[in-house]
Amino acid sequence: METGKIPPELKYTKSHEWVKIEGSIATVGITDHAQSELTDIVFVDLPSAGKSFDAGASVAVLESVKTVADVYAPASCRVTEANPELKTHPEYVNQDPYGKGWLFRCELTGDLTAVLIGPDDYKRLVESPA
Amino acid sequence: MSYRQARWDEPPLWEVAREPSLEAPPPIPGVPEGFRRRSAVRWPELSEPAIVRHYTRLSQMNFGIDSGPYPLGSCTMKYNPKVSELLARRPGAAQMHPRQPEATAQGSLEIMYRLERILAKVTGLPEVSLQPAAGAHGEYVALLMIRAYHRDRGELDRRTEVLVPDTAHGTNPASAAMAGFTTREIRSVDGCVHLPALKEALSDRTACFMLTNPNTAGLFESEILEIAEAVHAAGAMLYYDGANLNAILGITSPGRMGFDVAHLNLHKTFATPHGGGGPGAGVLAANETLAPYLPVPRVVRSGRRYRLDYDRPKSIGKVKLAYGNFGLDLRAYAFALAHGEDGLRHVARRSVLNSNYMASRLGKLLPRPFRSLVKHEFVLSGAPLKERGVRTIDLAKRLLDEGVHAPTVYFPSLVEESLMIELPETESKRDLDAFGDAIERALADTPENLRRAPRSLSVGRIDEVRAAREPVLSWKDQRAAGRNVERPAPLPEGHESASAQDLRRA
Repeated sequence: METGKIPPELKYTKSHEWVKIEGSIATVGITDHAQSELTDIVFVDLPSAGKSFDAGASVAVLESVKTVADVYAPASCRVTEANPELKTHPEYVNQDPYGKGWLFRCELTGDLTAVLIGPDDYKRLVESPA
Repeated sequence: MSYRQARWDEPPLWEVAREPSLEAPPPIPGVPEGFRRRSAVRWPELSEPAIVRHYTRLSQMNFGIDSGPYPLGSCTMKYNPKVSELLARRPGAAQMHPRQPEATAQGSLEIMYRLERILAKVTGLPEVSLQPAAGAHGEYVALLMIRAYHRDRGELDRRTEVLVPDTAHGTNPASAAMAGFTTREIRSVDGCVHLPALKEALSDRTACFMLTNPNTAGLFESEILEIAEAVHAAGAMLYYDGANLNAILGITSPGRMGFDVAHLNLHKTFATPHGGGGPGAGVLAANETLAPYLPVPRVVRSGRRYRLDYDRPKSIGKVKLAYGNFGLDLRAYAFALAHGEDGLRHVARRSVLNSNYMASRLGKLLPRPFRSLVKHEFVLSGAPLKERGVRTIDLAKRLLDEGVHAPTVYFPSLVEESLMIELPETESKRDLDAFGDAIERALADTPENLRRAPRSLSVGRIDEVRAAREPVLSWKDQRAAGRNVERPAPLPEGHESASAQDLRRA
């Protein structure tokens, strides 16, 4: 199984999101492996700023030519910003999932540590058969 | 590759037609002055042969159930018997008007009534409405009935959740959302509903659990009686998605399994036109609890007469103009009568046999998840192809070059790179063997050829990404965008042969 790029400085979820934590703000996107599995993304439905989500709730929806996938809240959070570029450039998620293809930033209101895994554990997760 | 689809450079009629005459047509006697046309209707003007040739050429660049097998899993793409088409085109059927007095529509009402009785027997649910226009419409209407039921019991405020398994058709959660419910996914284990997960999710918030049985993995949910018991113990309703009814016709039924309401697709199970050849028919059958909520009017018999009954106070009302797609009811009735009870049972047995025959052959070529014996369809995984730089989509496109339609791909999503194959009872052993040979040839082809397929069709690989991002939805848009049909990549040396266009040039 192709694992794709897994930057060591990020944290991950079992549902293939990456999370970058800076103080109380988290930036969320999907992993290189996830974008490769979804194939070409043609539409990104992002939340508006100010919206709150419970842990595990669907925050964003990614539509590819192959399927539609939910992006989940890694913890209870309030969205502060959604990537404005993706409306016109959904392909950024494929081209640069850890950079220009980030999905949203949120203020954490719940505990993240329980759900996040490190890069090595994420690599093992992707390598293990489904 | 022996299949060659015609390749015509066929412009839209507007581009070849004479400029329409702009004079107003002569007035029709008796039409009042104020209602007469002042200018001509702008239709393209062509001779009859020009029009017939235009559409014939377009049909030669098409593929349908009359061209070859159509192994779309969960779609039950059956050949549509021509006798049913003849019957539906007879003036007595085709020229009926929905507002005609009942006394002059007794034959049509009798056909509807009798078809309802047959479908009640097939589903094991006593009351039937032919009204919903298609499968998803049937789902939506059933959920409105379930809403009305919970409202009558004073529980609607609380019961806002519809549960769907992760193998469900996408229409299930979509219909639930349309009907004002939230949805919650129940995970599967080994391709079937995980009963403990379902029991954990069921609560006094649950309005309904929607299930297809056999499910989209082609597996019979053998814990269905326990599922029904758990759903009912929670005060919720159990909904049967009839997409896969073909596998159980005459053998078991939604009613026997404990379902409260079922939709069935006449355009699948009962061989009426499907997809572009529709419209569909998403007939609903309900048990005594939900029957009072079925749409009105209901067809009833009093003595030897048939009439439409609107006096059902609990009914959710009318959900479709007229009374459903009557032309399809007629075709389905013909199909049911031609088969009889034993014949319908044979349909189920034959479709299950076809599926297992095909699964055992193709299971040697690609991995098959879940247990080995299946019902009417089965799932393969194209994941190993990735080692050769090829994906399931490439295999599907390459199959088109073999003169067969591609199977359902990337669904169910719980199987990586999935292909879902269903070859119903209408396909002979010879068709099945040819399909198996086609898959073998496709898999043996080079990765490069797979990625460049299709090459023997009227169009090449469609740019799906661009089509989704910059949709061109009308001929005017297409003309504005410049005509940009993707032509197939040239065939390799030695494969060159005359296409229809070459012949025309010669």
